[in-house]
Amino acid sequence: MPARPTDPRITAGVIALAAIALLIGGAFAGLILEGARDLSGAASAFDPYLFRVARFTLWQALLSTLLSVVPALFVARALSRHPRFFGRGFILQLFAVPLALPAIVAALGVLALYGRAGYFADILSQIGGQSWPGIYGLSGILVAHVFFNLPLSVRLFLEALGTVPADQWRLASQLGMGARPAFRLIEWPVLRAALPGVAGLVFMLCITSFTIVLTLGGGPAATTLEVAIYQALRFDFDPARAVTLTLLQIGLTFVVVLALMRLGANTVGDANLPVAPRRYLSAGAAETSLNALVIIAALVFVGGPMAATVAAGLGADLGRLAGESAVRQATLTSAVLALLSALLSVALSLSLIMARRALALSRGIGARTLLEHATDTGAGFVLVVPPIVIGAGWFLLLRTVSDVFAIAPVMVVAVNAVMAMPFAIRAVRPAYDAASERHERLCAQLGISGWNRLRLVDWPSLRRPLATGFAFAMALSLGDLGVIALFGSDSVQTLPYLLLARMGSYRTADAAGLALLLGFVCLALVLAADRLGRGERT
Amino acid sequence: MTPAGKVAGVEKGAAVRLEQVSFSYGEAPFLFDVEFAASKITAIMGPSGSGKSTLLNLVAGFETPRSGRVLIGGADVGTEPPSARPVSMVFQENNLFAHLSVERNVGLGRSPSLRLTEADHAAVAEALKRVGLTGKQQRLPRELSGGERQRVALARVLVRDRPVLLLDEPFASLGPALRDDMLDLVAGVHAERGMTVVFVTHQPEDARRVSQNMVFLDNGTVAATGVAADFFDRSGPEAFRRYLGAGPFGDGSRDVARKRT
Repeated sequence: MPARPTDPRITAGVIALAAIALLIGGAFAGLILEGARDLSGAASAFDPYLFRVARFTLWQALLSTLLSVVPALFVARALSRHPRFFGRGFILQLFAVPLALPAIVAALGVLALYGRAGYFADILSQIGGQSWPGIYGLSGILVAHVFFNLPLSVRLFLEALGTVPADQWRLASQLGMGARPAFRLIEWPVLRAALPGVAGLVFMLCITSFTIVLTLGGGPAATTLEVAIYQALRFDFDPARAVTLTLLQIGLTFVVVLALMRLGANTVGDANLPVAPRRYLSAGAAETSLNALVIIAALVFVGGPMAATVAAGLGADLGRLAGESAVRQATLTSAVLALLSALLSVALSLSLIMARRALALSRGIGARTLLEHATDTGAGFVLVVPPIVIGAGWFLLLRTVSDVFAIAPVMVVAVNAVMAMPFAIRAVRPAYDAASERHERLCAQLGISGWNRLRLVDWPSLRRPLATGFAFAMALSLGDLGVIALFGSDSVQTLPYLLLARMGSYRTADAAGLALLLGFVCLALVLAADRLGRGERT
Repeated sequence: MTPAGKVAGVEKGAAVRLEQVSFSYGEAPFLFDVEFAASKITAIMGPSGSGKSTLLNLVAGFETPRSGRVLIGGADVGTEPPSARPVSMVFQENNLFAHLSVERNVGLGRSPSLRLTEADHAAVAEALKRVGLTGKQQRLPRELSGGERQRVALARVLVRDRPVLLLDEPFASLGPALRDDMLDLVAGVHAERGMTVVFVTHQPEDARRVSQNMVFLDNGTVAATGVAADFFDRSGPEAFRRYLGAGPFGDGSRDVARKRT
């Protein structure tokens, strides 16, 4: 083949891959160096405490998965049986909200409802016959995890049910199938096919959940590996233990992700809102009332913490909070870091997307190269390495050479950018590939390349999906309490960090007010992302 | 990037020659050895999958031959990127950027960065006038009919002013009357500019209407070449007559070509 100048898009992809490799590689270097320095310390960290933490990590993830996925099957089925009723669209929209809500906001919502001083405390005390102890520990973790993952599972199952061809329903109605055989012969096969993927995804999310466990775990009895890493670095300052915990966490996530990929799960966990198909089977009175009960129960469970967040937030002295310099400073810091992070995320994603497409085009039908694989699935692999792990690695690497708290902004921006990449890629890649399909030969013919191509061709056709990816990445970054928990200090505080500090010092009303602000901004961003993404599909 | 219309050493039409050019998408190989005469209109016909579009893509530079040479005006263009070849190509669809106005789409033929001089603007206006789109400069492609969109593509061909024009079934989705109009426009432009035109078509009447020469492809290779008038004659190549589906005494005038796509 004649030598042609390398496509600048491939160069951009290589640079992006190198940046990601640097971020993850640096973390591993930190872990390995620390482990090598104190080998015996790392080995001696394999103690009963460690195994208890590992066991609890798996146990809470397993329970959370069961409690999220099994009820979700029934809720999804109930919703799919009734494709048209007043408020159905609202319920589905509401079920999308937890996906957009920062974990710390949800945790506060759960506390505001079921906490020792929560709205339900009085009733629960009367039922229990003793003073309600609050919901810390395993129960708190489970409630919060189910709050997040039940709606997600419902949406994924609904999507699966939406794939049943209308003809099958037509046939079922012609054959006079009742609810029971219709479930067994039509709905269950589809749900069963989707089940491993959904359950795997939820398990993965729960096993790497940090914020929920940190805020609702409430003590060493209910600690997961991620929280233990954080405690080892921030409180006990036991780097050797942190190394051991981190390696264990990586091993665990790796095994789960491998299993997930076998199951063909969608690891990004973002469901499209299905269009309700016309149904030809109508439910009887008994079934309808049962379904209504199931749907209302789910609605109350998911809506409750959200309503509590709003109510508690409005009860806070918002005026005073807005005037506080710490709050203003944290808001500004959060905004700047999230903006930079979203920019970086979108730039990295776009580079990988462009390189993947350019490589696929230049390859023709040959086998895919390693580089093309890296630009394709490479982004998915960052999910294997939880942010806390990356943070911990860099923390250990840098603590000997500089002030770790000074690099907080860099770490927050970089890690959050990389973590948001799978979402940004999902928003942008289909649009880019479709635009390239239309424009590739035309650009080659007219000699439009490089900057001209970006300016005249790619930017106008990708503006909207890029904005979608940007808003999503920004929401993720704004609400994140992972890396900042490790690197945050009095001089660098984001809103979630400040929220955590207020919770820690029992200034609950302040925390509720901040949660309302944070939740509102994140929700607005995700709604904007959704609106922009929808407009693109003309 | 070569500035449009200033490809060195070629004027008006340039002969296009493929010398033992082989190419493959993986399975069935293609082997082309053919010459398209300078400043003539040649129609390429053949069943689906016979390699018509592939042949044009090889000339335009969208595909790279596995072996053999592609010569335009006697110069080997094998290593040139598409934009540097003295070639304009019009596709069946996607000839325009949907987000750019008619004027800007045509202007891209002069400058890939859309930095247009006064002379460029004048050339764009002139070309749009020639294809009958005066007054529609500011429209977006979606505000035009299918025929008008292809006229914009032809206007860009005019401002690029390259010695070879490749047409890959650009009018296939238009109705018969509109298709005739477009073919007449191509023939008219050819009469003025004298560039070499190679066009792929499934419609024998299209070929008869404007082409001087014919190339018939079958099974990834050139099965027959000749003067158009002879092709449609009773003495035309056997394989071509079979393709047209005319009876043993058919002279092709029934135009019963089966569109095999």
